[in-house]
Amino acid sequence: MTLPRTQKTSRAPGERPAGDPPAGRSRPRRTSPLLGYLLRRLGTSVLLLLGVTIVTFALTNLVPGNPVAAALGEGAASNPETVAAYVKRYGLDQPLPVQYLTYLGNLLQGDLGRSLATGRPVTTDLATAIPATLEIAVLTIIVSLLVATVLGTVAAYRRGMVTDQVVRVVSLVGLSLPTFWLALVSFNFFFLQLRVVPGSGRLTATLTPPPTVTGLFTVDFLLNGDGVGFVDALAHLTLPVFVLSLFTVGLLTRFIRTSVLEVLGSDYVRAARAKGLSPMRIVFDYVLRGASLPILTIVGIAFGALLSGTVLVESVFAWPGLGTYAYNAARNLDLPGIMGVGLVVGFIYLGLNFIVDLLYGLLDPRVRLA
Amino acid sequence: MTATAARPSNSRGPRVRAPRGGRLRLPAVWRTPLAIVGAVIALAWVVVAFTAPLWVPYPPDAQMLPRLLPPGTDGAILGTDALGRDLFSRLMSGAGVTIPLSLMLVAASVVIGTVIGASAGYFGKWVDEVLMRITDLFMAFPTVILAMVVAASLGPSLFNAVIAAIVVSWPQYARVTRSLVLGLRGQNYVIAGRLLGHSPLRSLLADIAPNITGPVVVLAALDIGSAILLLSGLSFLGLGAQPPTAEWGSMISSALQNFDAWWIGLFPGLAILTVVMAFNFIGDSLRDALDPSSRTERAASGVVAAPKTEDEALKGTGASA
Repeated sequence: MTLPRTQKTSRAPGERPAGDPPAGRSRPRRTSPLLGYLLRRLGTSVLLLLGVTIVTFALTNLVPGNPVAAALGEGAASNPETVAAYVKRYGLDQPLPVQYLTYLGNLLQGDLGRSLATGRPVTTDLATAIPATLEIAVLTIIVSLLVATVLGTVAAYRRGMVTDQVVRVVSLVGLSLPTFWLALVSFNFFFLQLRVVPGSGRLTATLTPPPTVTGLFTVDFLLNGDGVGFVDALAHLTLPVFVLSLFTVGLLTRFIRTSVLEVLGSDYVRAARAKGLSPMRIVFDYVLRGASLPILTIVGIAFGALLSGTVLVESVFAWPGLGTYAYNAARNLDLPGIMGVGLVVGFIYLGLNFIVDLLYGLLDPRVRLA
Repeated sequence: MTATAARPSNSRGPRVRAPRGGRLRLPAVWRTPLAIVGAVIALAWVVVAFTAPLWVPYPPDAQMLPRLLPPGTDGAILGTDALGRDLFSRLMSGAGVTIPLSLMLVAASVVIGTVIGASAGYFGKWVDEVLMRITDLFMAFPTVILAMVVAASLGPSLFNAVIAAIVVSWPQYARVTRSLVLGLRGQNYVIAGRLLGHSPLRSLLADIAPNITGPVVVLAALDIGSAILLLSGLSFLGLGAQPPTAEWGSMISSALQNFDAWWIGLFPGLAILTVVMAFNFIGDSLRDALDPSSRTERAASGVVAAPKTEDEALKGTGASA
């Protein structure tokens, strides 16, 4: 699936002072160039966010036919009072730029419109859906990062040998999997046939959800000291995470292999070898540490692909997250719902890439001084 | 797979045997096992896509068999779906829907993306600013999400799904083309052409285009698989092909209503998997061949006589870890 799309941002051109990069790590200093970089980066993000709203606004106005009828649904649109109230609220009698400002104003107040499918405000729906999806996404990223790091590193070390070729084919196949199909097939097999995983949803029906602290069931159960609930929530996570991990591992492995290869060819790794350090120490302290920056960037990109993946996967498992919500919205042509998901995912994605850029600066002292 | 003839043609050493130097490059690409497997599968599917209507046992939309037949019964090789349609016929006809549309949408994305990217890179200044900010905007969304939003706004249909897929696919070509053109436009031969009075168009087409086709072709080859996944994904969401069109994604989606009939969903997914895999194998092999940094790998994999490089030497010591 699509893939790797890089966030092109004005990553500060590095002025690189000499020093041993992976080993030397000092505390961050609040220098004004850093602050300037952060502000510039923040500015770009805000501009992009505005752009994202312009795109969704423009698309909303693309709806063929009557946008009021589309937004209100057939029933409500036949009531002139409802229509008048709607037109007034969203300023539909105003010129487009004014309409956009109204839209933006509503957005800032957390008004994404009312879902046609559920009848509730989109914001309310999304508030419960986002943690459910984040729980899958975070766990998937952790699992696939671990697996992909092992695979990618091994492939890089065995470059050109059979192991490398096998890893290459495995990751290519992973990238070729239609995730929604894999979800269906594994649900059939592991649940309906083998019964080794619990069925759909986030929890077994007999259990009550934990008191909401973070919205992540596993974390909330742990905070609540409820072991049974934690195990059940985790068991429900296995299948969605497994399905999404296969794709994400395919995506990450190739990049990690390339990054590790680059580090393997560097002078400091050669020096470490010459010193006679143990291979394990070289892998963890030198190679992976040196490769961590590119890996971090790729994780940010993979997260975007992952959010795309959940939209196609969750509905199979009846997982009440953004994906199922988007699926139902798409099926019912619930435009406010779809736009809400698009907007929220766009925001999450941009925010995440922003954080990745900040981490970049924290992990690599050279970038910080830019 | 003869080893010596497959030497990369751009290492113009004395050991290149065949006299037809320039023509050796492409065959070398196709001589890797991955590329052969990919090419054979892809070719088979393309043939199926264009000939399926001539030989499938039933019309894809005909509801003329008992419902939910398991595979292998009553002449239905892959069984039937909930409406009594022959799955094998639908599967084969589905190739004719997805594959040509995906190829077309990649072609359209390449054209749009390269034109925008080349204009941005070549003209620079505000043209670059404006075009690239627009490109950034489209890249601010994860692909499926943006495609879903676009397809839903346009209304659900296969045509609109293709439009939506083009909308999310072109920016990557724009970005790659721009960076390539930026690097090329300052080259002496390009400047020389401009000094001779070439128009910008001629300069772009004659001097610059030949040097950017390679990377763009690789990107496009790798993108075909993504396009197929995206298109069938949109159909799975109900935003692409509408019933009764035999399309793989919507066939999988209809399996959600019949969990017990495992065959309804299994085979369309395998079809998608094999096609996408085939195109990914081809794309990856192409990238290998055109990317100089990975050439030593092919050397080590036994296709090419291996030049001992620094990396190869390093690998020897590293393998013990």
